[in-house]
Amino acid sequence: MTAENTLREEPKPVLSINKWKFITWLFIITIVMLFASQTSAYLVRRAEGNWTEFEMPQIFYWSTLVLFLSSVMVFLSVRAARSDEFKKLRAFISGAFVLGTAFLIMQYIGWQQLQETGIYLKGNPSGSFLYILTGLHAFHLISGLVVLVFALAASFKMNIHSKKMIQLEVCSTYWHFLDILWIYLFVFLLYFR
Amino acid sequence: MSTAAAAHVEHGHEEHHDLGFIRSYIFSEDHKVIAKQYLISGIIWAVIGGLMSLVFRLQLGFPDMDMSWLKPFLGQWINESGKLDANFYLALVTMHGTIMVFFVLTAGLSGTFSNFLIPLQIGARDMASGFMNMLSYWFFFISSVIMFWSIFIETGPAGGGWVIYPPLSALAEANPGSGTGMTLWLVSMALFIVSSLLGGINYVTTVINLRTKGMTFDKMPLTIWAFTFTAILGILSFPVLLSAALLLIFDRSFGTSFFLSDIYINGHALPNQGGSPILFQHLFWFLGHPEVYIVILPALGLTSEIIATNSRKPIFGYKAMIFSMAGIMFLAFIVWAHHMFMTGMNPFLGSVFMLLTLIIAVPSAVKAFNYITTLWRGNIIFTPAMLFAIGLVSFFVSGGLTGIILGNSALDIQLHDTYFVVAHFHLVMGSAAFFGMIGGVYHWFPKMFGKMMNKTLGYVHFWFTFIGVYLVFFPMHYIGIAGFPRRYYQWSGFETFNTYADLNAFISVAAILTFSAQLIFIFNFIYSIFWGKKATANPWKSTTLEWTTPVNPGHGNWPGEIPTVYRWPYDYSKPGAKEDFIPQDVPYSATPESNLPEENEMISEEKEIENIEYNHNIPD
Repeated sequence: MTAENTLREEPKPVLSINKWKFITWLFIITIVMLFASQTSAYLVRRAEGNWTEFEMPQIFYWSTLVLFLSSVMVFLSVRAARSDEFKKLRAFISGAFVLGTAFLIMQYIGWQQLQETGIYLKGNPSGSFLYILTGLHAFHLISGLVVLVFALAASFKMNIHSKKMIQLEVCSTYWHFLDILWIYLFVFLLYFR
Repeated sequence: MSTAAAAHVEHGHEEHHDLGFIRSYIFSEDHKVIAKQYLISGIIWAVIGGLMSLVFRLQLGFPDMDMSWLKPFLGQWINESGKLDANFYLALVTMHGTIMVFFVLTAGLSGTFSNFLIPLQIGARDMASGFMNMLSYWFFFISSVIMFWSIFIETGPAGGGWVIYPPLSALAEANPGSGTGMTLWLVSMALFIVSSLLGGINYVTTVINLRTKGMTFDKMPLTIWAFTFTAILGILSFPVLLSAALLLIFDRSFGTSFFLSDIYINGHALPNQGGSPILFQHLFWFLGHPEVYIVILPALGLTSEIIATNSRKPIFGYKAMIFSMAGIMFLAFIVWAHHMFMTGMNPFLGSVFMLLTLIIAVPSAVKAFNYITTLWRGNIIFTPAMLFAIGLVSFFVSGGLTGIILGNSALDIQLHDTYFVVAHFHLVMGSAAFFGMIGGVYHWFPKMFGKMMNKTLGYVHFWFTFIGVYLVFFPMHYIGIAGFPRRYYQWSGFETFNTYADLNAFISVAAILTFSAQLIFIFNFIYSIFWGKKATANPWKSTTLEWTTPVNPGHGNWPGEIPTVYRWPYDYSKPGAKEDFIPQDVPYSATPESNLPEENEMISEEKEIENIEYNHNIPD
């Protein structure tokens, strides 16, 4: 949503979906394909044998909960914005950001726990895949945090309110997606160790 | 509103907002400028890729030749005795493939024509996001710079083939190009993927969201359908290549073993254990196969438009064309393993992939049939664009037939990695897509630059290229059936292949002539931009919306309101009509003399279409 776009006459939309939401969904599809290819590569490689089993670090259970809570925060912030409660809105977005950061820190601690149990990036592909999958998700989560920061800045400039929800809605779609993506990865890794 | 009258209203220059040189021509968000940027970058890359092929064709055709005269260009890659360095030969083959497939026929073709035609043909002021569009070009530009840079580094560019199979691409010891050259290749391709995704997301969003009044899906030109399917293919398959590249980067730089196992170099074992090189091939070809349709579908779309216009006939089987493209798109994702019949895969799995592969012949044949039946008894006008479009159909048929042969897993045992494969894909994908692109340039040049290209030079260019391409690639089938493998630096070491020395020399001469003919095109292109004859708004008497814009469409494309669409894009030579074409924005109520009974009924709907009010509460 750049300044240039609002200045010139926009083409009239035919469908009732906002183009930025549509772009977000297409972007999400590309990320889905990225992780689908990674997890299917994981399965193909695992089926070939010579596969070291690993224990999931305990902290990953807690980080899952933290990320879920941050998703709830984003959900609440959308509700707050719809009813123009700006203090709540800012509080919830900040909360989501803090929890998201906490999630990243917990993932990092999880990696350290993995190394203590002798699973490194180098070595059997099972461990390498674990680092790649969690790392790739963490990378996308950082991009999600950037989106959250922009939403937070917009909420301070009073650019998000009940009549102007697109930015926050796009942000929440992306954040919920990252949450669901992690839950998928977590269950996947638990099930196919 | 009569288009002929509207088309002559010249408003072009008033529409330009004063953005300054940099914002209007370099960091532009206007889709037409971005399209031209892609086109010119694509042409530059095509020249580089073409010159590379000439160098290795010289090596193949004249293995004893003294190449010292190339020393000023290639430097140390020509050794003291005037021979081409063998590793550099591999690098040339690799770079030729990479450049042609990705930089010319993906970015240069889709990038140019999707950007140029989507907003103009669906009736939109610009792309959904001009900023993303600009970003897409500049990611491509950076990616191009890195790839170009890699040609000049001391160890040479990547040399493991454009398919970059590990372990060849994963171990720096494997080949000089597997060191820095490969790293740059991977970085460049990662940026290229980002660029393609940004572009593709934009194309799909624009087509879905920004169509003008009345432009329902069943009234969209086939070009738009083709670009949409291409973009969907890209969105779904490029992330998978990114995945493969990412794992390869980790194998190369961080010591993981996704694709490496049990490797000995000079008797020393590498620590990597448990990887699978076949896994890379699966990941690569999951992109790699859709990629060939990313290359050919836009060319087929452009051809549909050119052939219908210049046959002065409605396209035969409009819906069949859409469904066959959809079929090709769907099948593209489930045939990738036909590139891997020789990897030791389960023969049963091989026969499944063989069956799926052969099914692609059905929608492809439907398309070829429809092109020919559109031409059948048409009032054909042989413009250069039309000749190139017909040339595409010819290559699509002759190259497609060998596809049926190669798709058989049993025959593939003999033909795999021979020149038969090279001949097949250069005809069906390389030359066909190239002809679609060139045809597109000839056809839409008047709209791009407001000038006409020289026709005579166009004819000369066509005949040299068309005959040249067949002279280059047809003999390759014979060499391939004889078993001559591709990617070999030299064949004179094998007694068996000495019989083919003449044929190889013949191919090389033909390749040089064909390449030289492209210089005619480049001259014509540059000359016409500056000194060409001024074009009219609709020089080919075409029906689609882009020809209702002024000669030089300005920012926002239409000076006034965007035209409303009432009919499908192929009303050519309609019985009873005054002229042999009726543009899409002419309502049925204005053409009572040519309406069919069901079209008369649609007159009542016109008011509804005109009164469509978009929901302005949706902010952008």
